[in-house]
Amino acid sequence: MSAGVGVDLENLWIRFGDFVAVRDANVNIKGGDFFSFLGPSGCGKTTILRAVSGFLDPSEGNVLIGGKNMKGVGPNKRPTALIFQNLALFPLMKVWENIAFSMEIKGASAAERRKRADELLEMIALEGQGDKLPSELSGGQRQRVAIARALCAEPHVLLLDEPLSALDLKLRQHMRTELREIQQRVGITFIYITHDQGEALTMSDSIAVMRAGVIDQIGDGKTIYNDPATPFAASFVGENNVFRGKVKQVSGDRVLVQSNRSGELLARVSTANVGKMKEGDSAMIFIRPEALELAKTGTEGDHYVSARVVNEEFEGNVFNIFMEGDGGKEIKVSLPNHGQSFDSHKGETMTLRYDVKNAVAMPAGVLATE
Amino acid sequence: MNLSFLRLSVWIYLAIFFAYLLGPLVIMAVTAFNSPSFPSATPWECLTFEWFSALFQDTRILNGIKNSIIIGAGTVVLSVLMGLAGALMLTQIWPKLRATYYTVIIAPILIPGVVLGISTLVFWDRINRMVGLGPDSVLSSGLFLTILGQSTFIASYCMLVLVARLQRYDTALTEAALDLGATHAQAFRKVLLPFMRPAIASAAVLAFLASFENYNTTTFTFGEYPTLTIELAQKVRYGISPAISALAFIIVILTVFAALTNEAAIRRRELVAAARREATVAELSGGGVKLPGFLSGNAAAGLLVALAIATIVVVGTATVYSPDQCITDIREQKRIEADLRAEELRRKRDEERKLKAAEEPAPAAPTGTGTSSGSFGGVFDPNALQNAPAAPEAEANPPAGNNSGFGGVFDPNALKGTDN
Ligand SMILES: Nc1ncnc2c1ncn2[C@@H]1O[C@H](COP(=O)(O)OP(=O)(O)O)[C@@H](O)[C@H]1O
Ligand SMILES: [Mg+2]
Repeated sequence: MSAGVGVDLENLWIRFGDFVAVRDANVNIKGGDFFSFLGPSGCGKTTILRAVSGFLDPSEGNVLIGGKNMKGVGPNKRPTALIFQNLALFPLMKVWENIAFSMEIKGASAAERRKRADELLEMIALEGQGDKLPSELSGGQRQRVAIARALCAEPHVLLLDEPLSALDLKLRQHMRTELREIQQRVGITFIYITHDQGEALTMSDSIAVMRAGVIDQIGDGKTIYNDPATPFAASFVGENNVFRGKVKQVSGDRVLVQSNRSGELLARVSTANVGKMKEGDSAMIFIRPEALELAKTGTEGDHYVSARVVNEEFEGNVFNIFMEGDGGKEIKVSLPNHGQSFDSHKGETMTLRYDVKNAVAMPAGVLATE
Repeated sequence: MNLSFLRLSVWIYLAIFFAYLLGPLVIMAVTAFNSPSFPSATPWECLTFEWFSALFQDTRILNGIKNSIIIGAGTVVLSVLMGLAGALMLTQIWPKLRATYYTVIIAPILIPGVVLGISTLVFWDRINRMVGLGPDSVLSSGLFLTILGQSTFIASYCMLVLVARLQRYDTALTEAALDLGATHAQAFRKVLLPFMRPAIASAAVLAFLASFENYNTTTFTFGEYPTLTIELAQKVRYGISPAISALAFIIVILTVFAALTNEAAIRRRELVAAARREATVAELSGGGVKLPGFLSGNAAAGLLVALAIATIVVVGTATVYSPDQCITDIREQKRIEADLRAEELRRKRDEERKLKAAEEPAPAAPTGTGTSSGSFGGVFDPNALQNAPAAPEAEANPPAGNNSGFGGVFDPNALKGTDN
């Protein structure tokens, strides 16, 4: 199997008429990485992928694969293989012919093709299904055939466009592990597109969070989750509680915010925004549901929040408590279930505390819409 | 009560409908096997196959068929190619222009065939002169002009058929092929073309049939290459013979054959697909799938085989069967009848003459004494009306035939006007 090569996007702009689908993207993807673009539907993920695979010419900027500029290189000449959002298996060819299509193009004999197809079928655990038509397979099987067909072309970079979105939940979770395993086995670069943050976090070495054509943040899963760069990244990846207010005082990476509802709150400025917050600016603080814990009712201080409980639910591994929050949004608290007794506090006012390092502050901005 | 009445009327309606639809065909088929030289189903005289041999000896008809097939083949190739190009263009073109383009490209269907024929003739004649070629150049050959003229509108039909299929095509398939290293030509040949194959086959059949039956356009362009329709039209002007019924019968049988073959093939494909779905992995890879036989559960295939056997039997009989005896008998019988009639007529006249003689003392000179069956029956002889070419002997068709119980409703003589 060919080793993975790096992919670089340099000042990439893609416009459709007046509409800007991708705005000044700069990404360096290391060879052999599992790299994800994560963003809501319509943010330009597929567009970026099509520019990498060569179906679309960038309006400005460059795509480099293995350090080579791909300008003017057609999709059939690039060392990439794309797994289409709808798979695009050839409906009239048998499974094995689908898989070995790239060899047929190069003029390989039927025996050679069959042999290679059977090897790949074994790898994707579909031995003996080569003589079926794609329509005779299940969704998950088709998925794996599409992967095998792409791998058969021995690409240096595999591009996957929301490959799991059509599968049901169980299969999706199973395929996550499987994809990651395949990637580690073949060792080539995977560029993966998804709107599902769970997929991105579990599989990726590195993630780019996208919003409306703009890349907000690039980093590994932990960084994206724990140290989001923008309000959008903070609210799109995982669940988060937002507290709005005005910066009252900044010292180093600590900031004191006069919040709209919950008094003064102390928080850590997210790494990307250190030095960018001034007194009097609008600010947002994000605290994850699992970073909040119950405290003695009535306690006050710069890392305590008091609010009225509006709803409670039991989710098995956690108890969720919903409290009246800022701007119509509820504050969600998730308490891990250790088997402790849990009394209802509906309607009461309760107090929560958090560790300052778990409260991330940044200049106010656009949130992801649920 | 009410319901059964309703059901009955539905059946009657269906019977009338099918009689209307198929009746003429059946009558015509019968005339192809009846011996009178004017196509007629009643009275039934003798079973004969001579109209088929007459057909196969008619060089003009045979030549017409040959020309029709050559022109049909040329039209199929040209129309399917142009139709496919037009259909592909339609999917590629800028969306705002699509409606306009569509209208322009199907306009030839709405233009009368005569206009297309004349304009093809005039246009290529101009070109021919501009290029400076003589009157017998390729550009003015009937073959070339007819193929071109017919293709102007048949290509539009083809395009409609192809567009319908192309709209179901997922362009991601072409992209997938390109992405896997195929050139545009390879993607077209290995992915798009196989997908289009059923529609291309339909379009080809449609184009061939449309070309084969075309008259309006061809009549202006055929030049030295009269097609079957042209030949038939010219023949009918001089009266028709059951040889034409024989030709029509052959065409009907071929059509039924083709339809049944197609139906049987489709049914078989369904059965095989069903068998594959039920097959296990081991059976599939080991090639051990029990596929259904061609005839099992396939009514169309059964009918097809029955029809094939019937054809073989009929053709077999035709080679050994000779209607000579029957024809002689019938002729003898007719002669006797005619004689009888003549005899009776003579007797009547004699009586009249006697009566007149009784009234008038000076009898007029007897006119038309030796009245033969010929001069008498000539009025009723369809040959006289039809100028049927090469009518074998004077076959005085006795008027009794037209006075049959059906009152001549089913007599093709009565239908003659529509047949032409
Ligand atoms: N060929 C095109 N012409 C015009 N607009 C397009 C085209 N392709 C995509 N877009 C627009 O670009 C935006 C990004 O699309 P896409 O990359 O497909 O989003 P996603 O992130 O869901 O994959 C969308 O608003 C879409 O409407
Ligand atoms: Mg997309």
